[in-house]
Amino acid sequence: MSSADLTGDATRRSFTGRRVRFGDVSLQALAGAAAAAATFLVFLIAFKVVRGAQPAIEKYGLHFVTRVAWDPVKNVYGAGSFLFGTALTSLLALAIAAPLAIGIALFLTELAPRRLRGPVTALVETLAAIPSVVIGLWGILVLGPVLRDQVEPALHGALGFIPLFGAPSSTGSSVFTAIVVLTIMILPIVASISRELFLGVPRDLKEGALALGTTRWEMVRGVVFPYARGGIAAALILGLGRAIGEAIAVTQVIGGGVGIHWNLFDTGDTLASKIAASYQGAQNDIQVASLVYLGLILLVFSLVMNASAQVIVRRAARRQGVGLRSGGAG
Amino acid sequence: MSTHSLTKAALRAEGLPRRRAVNRLMELLAWLAAALAVAILGIVVWSVARRGAGALNLDLITKTPVQFSFTPVRQGLANAFAGSLVIVGIATAMALPVAILVAVYLNEFARAGIRTAVSLTLDVLNGVPAIVIGIFVYGLLVVGRGQSAFAGSFALACIMLPLVARSTMEVLALVPSSLREASLALGVPRWRTTLSIVLPQTIGGIVTGTVLAVARVAGETAPLLFVSSLVGTQVSWDPHHALQTVPVAIFELAESPDPADHTRAWAAALVLLLFILVASLGARWLATRSSRRLSASR
Repeated sequence: MSSADLTGDATRRSFTGRRVRFGDVSLQALAGAAAAAATFLVFLIAFKVVRGAQPAIEKYGLHFVTRVAWDPVKNVYGAGSFLFGTALTSLLALAIAAPLAIGIALFLTELAPRRLRGPVTALVETLAAIPSVVIGLWGILVLGPVLRDQVEPALHGALGFIPLFGAPSSTGSSVFTAIVVLTIMILPIVASISRELFLGVPRDLKEGALALGTTRWEMVRGVVFPYARGGIAAALILGLGRAIGEAIAVTQVIGGGVGIHWNLFDTGDTLASKIAASYQGAQNDIQVASLVYLGLILLVFSLVMNASAQVIVRRAARRQGVGLRSGGAG
Repeated sequence: MSTHSLTKAALRAEGLPRRRAVNRLMELLAWLAAALAVAILGIVVWSVARRGAGALNLDLITKTPVQFSFTPVRQGLANAFAGSLVIVGIATAMALPVAILVAVYLNEFARAGIRTAVSLTLDVLNGVPAIVIGIFVYGLLVVGRGQSAFAGSFALACIMLPLVARSTMEVLALVPSSLREASLALGVPRWRTTLSIVLPQTIGGIVTGTVLAVARVAGETAPLLFVSSLVGTQVSWDPHHALQTVPVAIFELAESPDPADHTRAWAAALVLLLFILVASLGARWLATRSSRRLSASR
């Protein structure tokens, strides 16, 4: 804010000198302390999670990350199968959601009639506002049975030679249900960030391309996509981060289980869902520490992905002069 | 920008029918994608409304759950609604002042470098998975002390803080500099300018951001699982003990094998969903109104 530079000297030379400076200094100190506390909170989170995981880190080391085991009876724990489950569910959900979200964003910025634009934007944002526990409730009681009875047998029948489409699940809880639920949850996030990016593409560039005789799609491919490339990458990273961190809805629909298998119609677990599912059952210290270790892996993922996405967005925004709100987990 | 290839593509007029067909196909796909998103929203909301409406009665918010009963009894989730009120209320009281101060600091006092660093940190905080916040608060406040509604409020406040700070910063940036300068030129000290000239302008935006954040955390389950989930069935307003909340109740009822429990879960989900939809639509309406007023005064 430019007023800051202008006022510094003025207040210092004010008639009521000391009292005014005292007021200014205390407000600045108070607000600064709040900002420092907010920053400190992030470090405190990291510190506390590392400390909580310490017994497991000391006992298992980095080997924990790849070991495929979660056996409370023998007290052997590892993150391997949950890492696999997290990667499988979040990457496939992103693969389905990304083209749909970009399509929605293009619809909202380029195609929609003016009367539809506002309402559809609001509806897409409303989809993002539905709590994960409600999506999960719907996923387990409505979506799961439909997928089990209709979609899974059809996919197994048609594409059963691919290991991903194995024998259908018996309960409706499956990795596949989790992927569909995650797709629904990240779709509005990626769509609304992409929409803001596409809105930032200068009009003269788009009209210039159209004036050259391109079709609308060629204009999008030649102007909108290259212009928003960095931002789209960031939007996808944020969407992926959200899918990786989602615990509740996934816990409700994925069914649980340890082991690595490619059959989407079988049950599984992700890092986040394993933590959420164990909230009442942890029996001893090393198991609790192992759960926190899973949380630590999640935290590292989310820090790296969010920081890199924000850096990309900021760089793109500076280049384009567009203000972007963060998607984050919102 | 590949302007060159664009020109060439445009000049290749002979492919025009095919290019038009591709264009139509892509436009159709974009329409379908948008229709799909709206349809999903419709299906989810309708499923919840249809199953929840039947079980929606006063018992839900006035009666408490009954465990192990062999005969059908009238029961509800009064304890969960009370607990949600307490936990979200305290969380808002914790997060709101800090978030406003952070936004004031970043927008009115901080140098550009600090502003970038702290707002990046806020974005990172916003991206920390809710379940990790739950583990963090479990380690910070629950180990050794036991679960409490206070701990749950703190966990939710961690989620609200970046949301409210971000939206407050956005409206602060809309306040015209001329307003600050006019006030300072009249000899009003900076702190009074900030508190009684700048902040009152942003009250609409702060309310909007707060309502959106409340709507968001009212549905959060993950941070509460480890810090406020071992609860009784009686209504309690005491934040020193763990209190049941609506989202945790839905989570637990959904896992139950009893269809009657599912019905109550749907009804609670409907109430939660209605609250969130009304709050976020209302907040959005308020936001467009107040930002229009701010831009007009610019």
